[in-house]
Amino acid sequence: MMKKEIICTVCPVGCVITVEGENGSIDSIEGYTCPRGKNYAENEFVSPVRILTSTAKLTGAKSPLVAVRSKTPVPKDKLFDCMAEIRKLTVSAPLKRGDVLIENVCGTGVDIVSSADVK
Amino acid sequence: MYEIKCDVCVVGGGPAGLSAAVAAKKAGAEDVLIVERDESLGGILQQCIHPGFGLKLFNEELTGPEYYGRFIDEAEKVGVKTMLGSMVLDVTENVVTCINSEYGVCEIEAKSIVLAMGCRERTRANIVIPGTRPAGVYTAGTAQRLMNRQNEMVGKKVVILGSGDIGMIMARRLTLEGAKVEAVVEIMDFLAGLTRNRVQCLDDFGIPLLLSHTVVDIKGNNRVESVVIAEVDENKKPIESTKREIECDTLLLSVGLIPENEVTNKAGIKISPITKGPEVNQYMQTSMPSVFACGNVVHVNDLVDNVSAESATAGKSAALYAAGKLGKADAIAVKTGENVRYVCPQNVVAGDESVDLYFRVMKPEKNVQITVCDGEKVLFKRKAIKVNPGEMEKATVNLNGISELVVSVKEV
Repeated sequence: MMKKEIICTVCPVGCVITVEGENGSIDSIEGYTCPRGKNYAENEFVSPVRILTSTAKLTGAKSPLVAVRSKTPVPKDKLFDCMAEIRKLTVSAPLKRGDVLIENVCGTGVDIVSSADVK
Repeated sequence: MYEIKCDVCVVGGGPAGLSAAVAAKKAGAEDVLIVERDESLGGILQQCIHPGFGLKLFNEELTGPEYYGRFIDEAEKVGVKTMLGSMVLDVTENVVTCINSEYGVCEIEAKSIVLAMGCRERTRANIVIPGTRPAGVYTAGTAQRLMNRQNEMVGKKVVILGSGDIGMIMARRLTLEGAKVEAVVEIMDFLAGLTRNRVQCLDDFGIPLLLSHTVVDIKGNNRVESVVIAEVDENKKPIESTKREIECDTLLLSVGLIPENEVTNKAGIKISPITKGPEVNQYMQTSMPSVFACGNVVHVNDLVDNVSAESATAGKSAALYAAGKLGKADAIAVKTGENVRYVCPQNVVAGDESVDLYFRVMKPEKNVQITVCDGEKVLFKRKAIKVNPGEMEKATVNLNGISELVVSVKEV
């Protein structure tokens, strides 16, 4: 049985929600004060995900770097693996925000895209 | 001297300036010119590569460059003009003087002016940390610029003083880039920044947050070798017996922001001693009627979405002023009641319109009632489970026939 205290980030109240369960199933969930908070804590317990942002080396522009992001959130435990892939990347100008730079990073099904426009 | 004429001149091309310029153009101003000292638009958001922008305005989680990118697209579409690499030296009622390496000194004659210069970070000198003066002490924003725009890593073992948002965001950024963040140290007994950042930037990576602690000494000759931290008592005085040394090569400071108002001061515009920014009315109009102000130059915001909203008001008002459709009416001061540090706008012109009052509390409180009163009459009432100085609050009131306004936050 695993017990986790989760601080809800849906709104500024920051309820502390306690979730108990095992292998991705939830046995008890306490401390939430709204349905959005309950939903947040459930997802956070079963499969926490985060948007990853970083920079990639850039050629052909004034700036040496371009800001990049995962188009959608990636599993939290894959953040450092994804960083290692982004670090290998060198891209060249011009770029538009949303341009795909790495497809399906680390098998997550998520693309790493440019988050800035570079002329 | 190079001379330019325009309807509305916007000083600063960050999120506030961009939003104001777009709004001015949309409100009918013919010639809108942004003067920006950087070589590119976007301001501080150019180094804010993290997500979290636009949740209110676009209902999407954007990065800094994505957020201002949308405003640049809009500015180009509506035909806002820009002067980059131009440092503004002086602002008077209808003239903005700037210097530019191509044209030298330029005088811009404008029917109205919008100040959108943003803010600067407080430094080691502002908070007077004892110790030697080695390399490796940075403000969090400087480190952010070095890492995210200039491709320079700032250190390997890092202590961060202050739990402001930029400090926490840099804790995550440094960790993702392979540095070890030993601790985030906060003198207050509560978090300075947003809870979301504590969870996603510190807790996610197991970075300790030490509340009621401060840095009392910096050691090292050429480079930072360690810092000494200590717990503080209720008067914020370090407790001798709690001192301990943390080995590190870098100290980041995230200890507050100050609106950048050198030209505002020089222009003789009234500055609030609390926000350190110009006092404004609901049109974001300063004490100099042809000059408007918006964004962090007025008061330091925690969300750029709020900056864009109030800047759109400033831009629209500046366009109306330029067209002779907005004057200067007598204003009523908005008063701060219990547990309210400041309210922006600081004064309002009575009339049948709804206005958003933004304010910050002095201390964290739970289960409170927020009220805005005109004498005995309650114009606005809302309960809040929690208020925190780090998170700006909003109250919307109608100003029809009001004679005074007092904003209060009381425990219930």
